[in-house]
Amino acid sequence: MGLAMGTASVVGYRRPRPGTQPEHLHPPYLSSVKRAPRQPLVRLPHTLSEVTGPVFGADFVGSNGQDLTHQPSGEALGERIIVSGQVLDEDGRPVAGTLVEVWQANAAGRYRHEIDQHRAPLDPNFVGSGRTLTDTRGGYRFLTIRPGAYPWKNHANAWRPAHIHFSVFGPAFATRLVTQMYFPGDPLLDTDPIFNCTADETARRRLVSFFDWSTTTPDYALGYRFDIVVSGREATPLEAG
Amino acid sequence: MSRPATTWQTVGPFFALGLRWMQGDDLPAPGVSGPRVTITGRVLDGDGLPVPDALLETWQANAHGKYAHAEDTQDKPLEPGFRGCLRVGTDAEGRFRFTTVKPGPVPAPDGRSQAPHIVVSVLARGLLRRLVTRIYFPDESANATDFALSLVDPPRRETLVARRTGPSDLVWNVILQGPGETVFFDF
Repeated sequence: MGLAMGTASVVGYRRPRPGTQPEHLHPPYLSSVKRAPRQPLVRLPHTLSEVTGPVFGADFVGSNGQDLTHQPSGEALGERIIVSGQVLDEDGRPVAGTLVEVWQANAAGRYRHEIDQHRAPLDPNFVGSGRTLTDTRGGYRFLTIRPGAYPWKNHANAWRPAHIHFSVFGPAFATRLVTQMYFPGDPLLDTDPIFNCTADETARRRLVSFFDWSTTTPDYALGYRFDIVVSGREATPLEAG
Repeated sequence: MSRPATTWQTVGPFFALGLRWMQGDDLPAPGVSGPRVTITGRVLDGDGLPVPDALLETWQANAHGKYAHAEDTQDKPLEPGFRGCLRVGTDAEGRFRFTTVKPGPVPAPDGRSQAPHIVVSVLARGLLRRLVTRIYFPDESANATDFALSLVDPPRRETLVARRTGPSDLVWNVILQGPGETVFFDF
């Protein structure tokens, strides 16, 4: 190792490829209009503050956050699904031991949240939140129920396609990612301003999970696969011996 | 095989369901060294209205200027029990409040030290991606030569510096849009 302070060795994370991330202002999504900044963002080369980031251990995260279908009171209603995938960086390397958090509506399209006023039933046996750490291959797996679509006020007859929210930290502050996973063949995707906020069609399509026979469990649950990619390093540091 | 990073999507209005388990404004554990500081503020939109559904995530070094992360190889002590991150949500008036220790200086790419700072992600309904900003401390001479502050137009730098309201109390607001708009960094 070189300098005592180690300052020259900070290697930043890659910036997004053009079009692959949403602009902050996307007028079809009305909530962005008064909340998106109008001043240009200031480009900041990554420093030690950005190439480090929160680390969470198994003792903190707990081990019972992967099954969203069971409560002490009983089993959640709806179509049981297994959502699994890998967290990878842009070079295809697995991101092991990183925190993945999910939240979603129930099978009727209702969130267990005080401000959700959708006239659909709550399920006493479904909370709709989960969390896990990725395994050594970057893998994660949740057992849940397929969320319902639900109406919102963005425009006339607006409906959100069925989706599961995903939050991932990755190895550094710079790699933080929050996204939404969608389901293949959903007719609501074409008109959803949130799904369509990103210009690049390939990038959008990667938000849609795949139906997965390999994780579909006989007589029990359908499998969906959703891989998540976080920013990679600007340059590959020399591998240490 | 290289694929670009997954597209961001907004956290939406219901994120507390999945994220609040970690939310807290707790004091750092008693054994953690360093001066305690309580930071309060509001998140406001382009009409000056409170944003009641925002979430801040903070990341900082400990009082010695050491991050609890393997890539911080500085010869400085870690503080057991101090992870360096907090999650704090806003209330109906857009207010947030958290208590932490004031971080020490950490190295900058130019070989100098960065002034003490906390890096912050702002997440909310209406934000399709997070916004990234920093909190600096008042009465710090190092602010004048700080690596990140120096990249910002001088009239806007003050949006990144908290205001002192008491011996250990600071105020720092997040103005998402409009007059006094907070400086956000490109990520």
